[in-house]
Formats: sequence, C-alpha cells, structure tokens
Amino acid sequence: MKDDSQPADYRWVGKRLDRPDGADKVTGRARFGADIHLPGELVGKCLLSPHPHARILRIDTGKARALPGVKAVVTGADFPVLEDRPTPVADYAFNLWDQARTLMARDKVLFDGHPVAAVAATTEDVAQQALALIEVAYEILPHVTDLEAAMAPDAPLLHETMITTGVAPGPAAPSNIVARTMLERGNIDAGFEAADIVVEREFRSKPVHQGYIEPHACIASVAEDGRAELWTCTQGPWIDRAFCAGILGWEMSDLKVVATEIGGGFGGKLTVYDEPIALRLSQLTRKPVRMVMTRSEVLRRTGPTSGSLYRVRLGAKSDGTLVAADCEMILETGAFPGSPLGTARAIAFTHLDIPNLRLSSAEVVSNRPSVQAYRAPGGPITCYAQESVMDEMAEKLGISPFALIRKNAVREGTVSLAGFPLENLGLAQVLDAAEALEHLKTPLGPTQGRGIATSYWKNGGGQTSVSAILNEDGTVNVGIGTPDIGGLRASVSMMVAETMGVPYDKVTTTIADTSQLGFNSFTAGSRTAYAVGLAVVGASKDLIAQVCERAAKMWDLPPEAVDYADGMLRPAGPNAGAHDPVPLATIAAGFAKSGGPIMGKFTTDGPGAGPNFATHIADVEVDPETGGVTVLRYSIVVDVGRAIHPDYVEGQNQGGAAQGIGWALNEEYVYGADGRLQNTGFLDYRMPVAPDLPMIGCTLVEVPNPNHPFGVRGVGEVSIVPSVAAVANAVKDATGLRFFEIPMSPPRVLARIAGARAAKDPSLKPAFR
Amino acid sequence: MPKIHVTTTVNGGETEFLCEAHHTLLSVLRDTLGLTGTKEGCGSGDCGACSVNMNGRVVCACLVLAPEAEGATIETVEGLAGEAGMHPVQRAFIETAALQCGFCTPGFMVAAKDLLARNPDPSETEIRYWLAGNLCRCTGYDKIVRAVQKAAREPGRHART
Amino acid sequence: MQYFRPTTLEDAVAHLRAHGPGVTILAGGTDLVVQIRAGLRAPEAVMDIKRIAPLSEITRTEEGGWRIGAAVSGAEISAHAGLCADWPGLVEGVGLIGSMQVQSRATPVGNLCNASPAADSVPAMIAAGATVYVLGPNGMRKIPVEEVAQGPGKTSLRAGELVTSVTLPRRAARSADAYLRFTPRAEMDIAVAGAAVNLTLDDSGRCTFARVALGAVAPKALLVPEAGAALVGTMLESDALRRMAAAVTAACAPIDDKRGTATYRTAIAPVLARRAVALAQTRAAA
Repeated sequence: MKDDSQPADYRWVGKRLDRPDGADKVTGRARFGADIHLPGELVGKCLLSPHPHARILRIDTGKARALPGVKAVVTGADFPVLEDRPTPVADYAFNLWDQARTLMARDKVLFDGHPVAAVAATTEDVAQQALALIEVAYEILPHVTDLEAAMAPDAPLLHETMITTGVAPGPAAPSNIVARTMLERGNIDAGFEAADIVVEREFRSKPVHQGYIEPHACIASVAEDGRAELWTCTQGPWIDRAFCAGILGWEMSDLKVVATEIGGGFGGKLTVYDEPIALRLSQLTRKPVRMVMTRSEVLRRTGPTSGSLYRVRLGAKSDGTLVAADCEMILETGAFPGSPLGTARAIAFTHLDIPNLRLSSAEVVSNRPSVQAYRAPGGPITCYAQESVMDEMAEKLGISPFALIRKNAVREGTVSLAGFPLENLGLAQVLDAAEALEHLKTPLGPTQGRGIATSYWKNGGGQTSVSAILNEDGTVNVGIGTPDIGGLRASVSMMVAETMGVPYDKVTTTIADTSQLGFNSFTAGSRTAYAVGLAVVGASKDLIAQVCERAAKMWDLPPEAVDYADGMLRPAGPNAGAHDPVPLATIAAGFAKSGGPIMGKFTTDGPGAGPNFATHIADVEVDPETGGVTVLRYSIVVDVGRAIHPDYVEGQNQGGAAQGIGWALNEEYVYGADGRLQNTGFLDYRMPVAPDLPMIGCTLVEVPNPNHPFGVRGVGEVSIVPSVAAVANAVKDATGLRFFEIPMSPPRVLARIAGARAAKDPSLKPAFR
Repeated sequence: MPKIHVTTTVNGGETEFLCEAHHTLLSVLRDTLGLTGTKEGCGSGDCGACSVNMNGRVVCACLVLAPEAEGATIETVEGLAGEAGMHPVQRAFIETAALQCGFCTPGFMVAAKDLLARNPDPSETEIRYWLAGNLCRCTGYDKIVRAVQKAAREPGRHART
Repeated sequence: MQYFRPTTLEDAVAHLRAHGPGVTILAGGTDLVVQIRAGLRAPEAVMDIKRIAPLSEITRTEEGGWRIGAAVSGAEISAHAGLCADWPGLVEGVGLIGSMQVQSRATPVGNLCNASPAADSVPAMIAAGATVYVLGPNGMRKIPVEEVAQGPGKTSLRAGELVTSVTLPRRAARSADAYLRFTPRAEMDIAVAGAAVNLTLDDSGRCTFARVALGAVAPKALLVPEAGAALVGTMLESDALRRMAAAVTAACAPIDDKRGTATYRTAIAPVLARRAVALAQTRAAA
C-alpha cells in the first residue's frame, strides 16, 4: 500500500476520496448498456453461423419476415460495400471493410458465431423465433483454428487472394500470413558469436478473452429525418461514431453516440459489433432497436487477444552483460488482420540495453473471431517469453533476476528499437522497492516456488478535448469524452479541484456525448488519467484566466494584475490590496454583467505520456499429484508517476495481475474438431474466482512524469504485463520445470511432471519425483 | 397461451406482474419492473451479477423462473439502502474503492450483506468462498474482500432480512 | 411452456398422468433453467415441486437413517446438523455444486436426475448406499441410487415418475465418509474427477466396510466394488491403498472433453480416492 504520509503539497491529489459515481454504482442507479430503454423499442438479435468456415450460398429471410411481430431483417447485403483499405481516424487507421465483415458476414463466414443476419422484432421471444426461420444455405469449407496449422502451406485460406506484405520479394502464392515485419539494431549474428551463454526457447500461448462481465449492449434510434442516436457501453464513443458512420455511409453530425456506464472493457469495447446493425434496423423500422449480447455471443463473436508462438534467443557474456537478443513473434489475429504486433514489438526487451537486437513478427489469420485489444495488447505474452529466458539466463549466470536487469538496464534518454523515447525512467526505483520487499524473505515449502518478472509499458496520450463550466454558484461542471471504467471521474474531479483550488465536492465530472465535445480518443492505452488530466488542468486554467479577466474588468485593472489562488481573486503586484479579495463564487454569480457565461475548454493531442515499469513477484504451490497450481502470495511494485487516487491505481494493478494469473493458469478457448467453440460461458471459460486469488500487495513507486502537471504516468496496462511471466517463473521455481506453453492448466502441468519423472529429469525438484 | 399473473414482494412492496412460464425472474425485474440494478452477465448462474435475495437466500435471478416468485419476498440492490441511508456494505464498497466498473457490484453487495447477516465476523477465506459465485474482472477481489471486512466491523447493522 | 405448482403429491401425480413425458420436473432449476435458456430443452410444461411440503423436509427414517426430500436444497443440507454429523462426505459433495447462489436452489435429487457424469453429490450418495424413492402411476418404488443415472442426461426413470426422496442408511459407529473432487478453479467449476469413500473401522482401526464411488470418469458415476474390497480387512496401509488405487484406475473409462482429458482424469481419480480414504479414516476414528 502507498504511504500516504509523503509530502502533502496537494490538497486533493493523492487522497483516497469517495468516487463521485459511487452512490449510483452501489444503489443500482447507474445505467449500463443494457439498462437503457426507449419507448416503442424493438429487440434486435443476430443469427450466428454454426460453421467456422463456409461460403454463404443463399439466405432466405422470407419466413422470418412473415412472422407477426418481425419488423425488419437484414443481412450483409443491407450494408454498403466499402473499400478494402485503412481509413484514418485521428491517430489510428481502421479497415472499416474488415470491421463491417466482422460484424456481419458477406459471401463467407469465417468463424463459429459469425453473424449472417439480424432481425428486429417486438419481443425477445419473437426475435428468437424469427432467427430460427431464417434459412441459410452454406457450402462448408475446410477450416483452421490453430495458429501453426494456419501457417502450413496447404492450410485452408480464409482470404483467397491475401498475399503476405512486408517481405521482399513478396510471395507468389496467397497464404494466411498477413504480414511480416523486422526491426534490427547492431549485428545479431556477431552479437551471438560474442556471447558466452545463449538461451534459446519457444513459447506458445492461446487466445484469451478480455472477460468483462457486462455483455455488449446498445440501443439505436433513427428518426424519420435520418438523424440518429446511439447509446452503447463503449470505451470510445467518438471512435464508435467513426465506425458506424463509416460502415453505414452516414455523416458524423447525423449520429450522436452516448456512452453509457460501461461494465468493463479491457480493450474489448474499443470497436463496434451490434451498433451499426442496430442503427440499420432502426433506420429501416423507424423504431428504437435494442441489442444485448448473450455471454455465449460475447465469447463466440468478440475479442479475444492473440494466441502466439514466440522464438526467443538471448546471449550474454559470462559477466552477465547481455550482448544479443532475437525475438520472433508470431501472432494469431483471427478472421481479419489487426493483431497487436506494434505494441508487442514496442515492449520486447525494451527495459534492457542490448546492443544487438532483432524483433521480427508475423500475423496469421485463422477461423476464430477477429482479435481485439486486450489490456497491454501483446504485452503479457511478449513478457512471458522475454522474462522466461531472462529467468533462465539469470539462473545460468548464477545471479538474481534483479542483478541481471540492473547490469543491463536501459539507459536514460535512449530511444527504443521500436522508436519510443525512454526518458525520466523509474526502473531503478522499482527494482529498489521490489528487492526491499519482505515478500522476498519469506520461506517457501518443498512444492512451492517464487517467480519474478519485470517489464516496461510505453503508455499512451492521444486526442482529447474537454469542457469546464463555472456555474453561477461557483461550482464546476467538467465534461470529458472518455468513459469512466474505473474511477476516472474521481481522478478528473480531483485534478480540477486541485488546479482550481476549490473543494473536490464542488466539481462534477460528466461523460459527454459526441455532440458536446471535439474528438476524444478511447478510454484505453493507459491514457486517460494522463491525457484527460492534461486537458482538464488546461480547461481549469482557461476558467481561471477567464475569472481573472472578469475580476480585472470589475476592478478596472489589466488581467495580468489579478492573482487567483484557492478560489479567491486578488489584485496582484503594484495593485495588491487595492481591492478586497473576491471569492470565485462572486465572479461566477455576476457572470451576466461581466461578459456572459463562463466556460473553459482545452484540447490536446496528449504528448509526453511517460513510460513505466513494474515488477511482479508470485509465490505458487504446485500439487505434485494433480498438477494444480495455487497462487499463495502476490506482490506488485510499479512506477505510477503520481497516483492521483491511490485506491484506483492499486485497483488497476491488482486487477491486471488477476487477469494475468487467469491467463497463465486456466483461461483458454476450447474448439472442437468441427471448429466450433465449446466453452461459450463463464463456467468453462475459467476466469479467476475470489478463492483462486490471495490478497495482492501493491507498492506504488512515484517517479513523477515531468510532462504532466501532477506527474501522472499510465497505470492501466503495465499492471498485466509481467503477471503471466511471474507465475510461469514461479511454477518453474516450484517444480524445476520451465513451462513453454500457457495456460499452465493442471493437465499440462501434471503431464509435464509425469514426463520428467519418467525421464528421470534431474531438474525436477525432489518433492515431485 | 395466457400470461401468468404473479404477486410478490419486491424491496418491501407488494408487486404484481404478468409473465410467461419460461421468463426468468431476472428478465421480469429488469425489463418488466424496471429494476435494472440487478445485472445480467452470463444468464447461466456463473457470474452472480444477478444475485438477489429471495425468501432469505441469495439466488441468481437468471436461474429462477418468473412464476416461482409467486408469494416470495425478494430484495434487490435497489432495496439495500433504507431510511437510515446506505447499508454498511454499500458504504464500505465506496470507501474501500471495491468497485471499478461497478457492473458486478450489485451482485457482490447482495451476497455480502447475506454473508454478514449469517456470519458477522467472516475470515478472509470465508469471504472468498461465499463470494466465489460472483465474478469480478476489474479488481482482483482484493478491495472487495477488504470492503466486506470493513462492513463487518460496523456493529449492529447486520440483522437478517 | 406451461407452469404447474402442485401442493400435494396427489396433484403432482395427476399432472404427470395428464401431461405424460411433456412435463419436466422443476426443483432447484439450476440445471433446467439453463438448459431451457440455451435451447437445449423445450419442455411443454414444467412442474415446480417446491411447494409440496413433504418433499421439502429432511427427516429421520424408521431405521435411524435420514430421508432427504426431492426439493431440499444444498443450503438446507449444509445447515443440517444431523446430516453434517452423519454424512460429512455427502454434505461436502452437495456443497460443491456451484456457488452459494446455486446452493440456495440446487437439490441433490435434481443433481441426481440431471444425470451428469460429473454430478458432485452422486458419488457420495452411491458410497453411502442411498436409496431413491420414486412415485409413479403405479405407486412408489425404490431403487439403489447408482441405478438412477444411465449415462449423460439419461436416467432409468420412466415417463410419469417423480423422485420424492432419497434415504441414507443408519450411520454405524466408527464410520464416516468423504468426497473430494478436482477442479482447475477453487470453486464454480465442474469436477474433472471426483471420488467418494464411505468406510467403517473396528476398534483397532481395521476397515470392516468400505464403498468407493467415482464421478466424471465414466458415462455415469460409478460404484467400484473392487476398490472398496481392497480396503476391507486392512488397516488402510499403503499396500491396501495401492490396491484400492489400482482398482480405481481400472474402473476409469473417461472421455476427453473441454473439462479434461481422459488421461488426466484417469491419473487423478486414484489420487482423489486415496486422499478421500485418508479423510474418511480420520473422521471415522475421531
């Protein structure tokens, strides 16, 4: 836990205050995606393909349309055909055609659960009956749901004309390999030749789902004049607007997107699924159409993040100096391109100074749902591979993992191979705090082990616009465009209160809709406390400047002759004492006579998000007879820049670690030989439950980011990055066996122990022999 | 087929509704009675977001057929706060930051209130097992466990419902 | 779908007679409602038996055992001091069915009639030698519990029949039971394998009676007489446990599915059985 007794320069920042939406959230008043109802609404439902790969020969919707209560039926043919190219949206480029085909198949279905049609009906029951009446003729095609099988030369092709990009000369034949990339510095071959010790390993991981508890839900209402409103549980209403308008061919001003409260996202709600369908159905019926996914739909249609194959080679001199690293990352992207190669590449070995480094990558399609972002996309699997070989290297060198990092820690002021500046780093402070933990001194039993992993995350800034209104009673309303998934409104109100010098409870922060602010990027990329923080501080200063002008006008002084502090305005400099101080509320109340309503704003592209580092330490116990792994103790040390609200910063980190523990141990998709997903519910998609986890210790190290008025660095994503590796290294420490595949589910662990026992593997620890 | 008329008590008030036999208590609470504080996360009894107290025991409303509510006494998240204000469990969840997105929170609180009514001083392990049927993906459960422990320290507020 | 809520056994039988196989019995509903919602079952009618008073009771049998009504929930069983004292293993098995919320509703008789091979309460009922009372058009019949399930989702119950209760025999001195299962998660999971042991010791600690039953390693929960026989007459020493474990392994005939591989199930079933013997032995000796 953070020591709150540190220098208290701030009145609000750093305090553990009640969140402003707390009462709504604990009383059931908060309205999430599925809680919005409109008069006359219809129920929309999608018909999903039962086949993982098939050509759609014919869709007959006649019987469904004839069913009383059915108001509209749509298929892919009811949506525009788009150009197959990336469309720029702010800092991003999205292939809207891929997205359009993900949410509604055209010509071919590419995964089990791929929607082929949708209905709007008066009730859920009628909608379900209508789906059963839609007749789809499929030509079933061979499918492939496995990463390595999809790369085989004779694999069934998802996109028959897709030629791998990024290689020269390009291949003559199409394949499921979307693209290859390569970054290199130094000389890899020379680097490994100079190495005294080389560790070379392969690691495999499976796609995992973000696992938000709230299924996707939206309600769309299109009026007779074509103007539309959409309520949806999203991480990015502006991006949703761009998706929907682009996919439907509408103008942006015709569509207002309202973000409801959101029941978790973790990257999985950065995109649209049912939203354009609901809008189209509403356009056709002129009635509001509400679409709520079932959990089975969520697992079959949405997310996950990539499965992977990593080949990692690491070379060191015998004194522990790392001289070369070669990391090949092959990521599974599901039906359409979009895997997190960029972010995976951005973190690999970035916390280390390795002169000869090569990062190569490939992206592969298969008959699974298209991958979406999941908290630190690509981070945990990259770190799993990286920190497993680092652990092994430290073992071979006979030094601690901390010593190996310290000897090779990245230097301040360098630029990573992926092109990110590494400045104002808190790595050394994180390592110091981690090594000082009492956790490291506690003894372990014969079937227990301890794993340590450290990683970097680059964090994001991004496009942000906000408003700040000074109300006539002196209170402040702040409008932001980034949905609050985990306490953002609290942090924003605290930063505004701090900047304005007004009480926390005089500031109310609201999530605006797309008609009320300029563009806002998602709540994602660990960007909100950082970039929205920059923006609301800017908007607060805008308000302060305006009230100073009003006071100056009142006193007939130039604006720069007015001082503002702690909610009071005073004449400054040579005019000090010329007039009595005036409270902010007085200026606020007099707005009508001083020049009109007082409203501030600020827009930014959010530069200067600071990178950060985290070390995770996991203790596990492995049952030699069942292969079951129990996490006994878990500690996080993380550089957060400055914790605006320490509780929610800790919570982000604890939650990220818990997700990583699930990823490491039990979460995976089970596809049958028929290519259908078998575990389509929370019973068999095994996310951690409360008794699976210990209390999760969290030490917040504060190395302020100089680019942020309060020193904030992102915290949402670094939280998950080292977690999988920490657990994997702990299982290695307990058993003596390194696991090259996750999840380390009980059958895999037991099989590995049994194999080592049979082979009399000397690395197997005595308690497992 | 004629709809089934059900009379039940929800959050202390007598309530009537019409339903079909295959409708669940959850869909009636949310869509018919407008009590949307009770959430649907899975529809199969595996996440606990729809936890409500029915006749003194916590159930998943998604696993109860609506006609089964005839004559029952049901308490939802909307019924936790009383004239004296928020229930200690509600206050503790806010004060310990035991929620991030808040979607699972109503189910956790309904379950936690029942735990404290039965066991005013539960151990960490007892809390974790009692809440095993409530999934949270945001918090890692740490602050939720702390919230229940904090609520347990509030004396005299855990009478059985 | 129709919904019936009889309050007497006579009314229940009348509904069953009138609607035949179209009526499905609703007790806790924790399996049935999920199956209806997933479209796996579409009964013409469900008959809710929770308002039939005798089906909601736990009572002493004339022989000194226990009778558990078909509508008795897991939570009621876990709270019953007599059952906890006499049949802790059965109470453990019942208590492992789903979450606290599921326990509020789920019934062991429903768990039995759902006929999942992984049903957590069934191995312990088999090990206990439980008897099932079935009311049908021709009156009441009773059958050994292990004869109810015939395979996944299949039972030996005939159309128009209703299980009214399950009885447990009188608990002998120095005897006890235990049930252990393995799941990847600590809770909220379906048994990958389960083992129940019910045994009696004499004053010297020698095992005079033992029944071993397994879950999730065959199309239905199994009684493994050879495993029990390997224990009887022994001090439950390591040789006896090894013979018991071998009999358990030999009885396993599992499948690969999303919850575990056949190899894995077969590997852990004897481990669970051995640990369950140790637990039952400790309890019996106490």
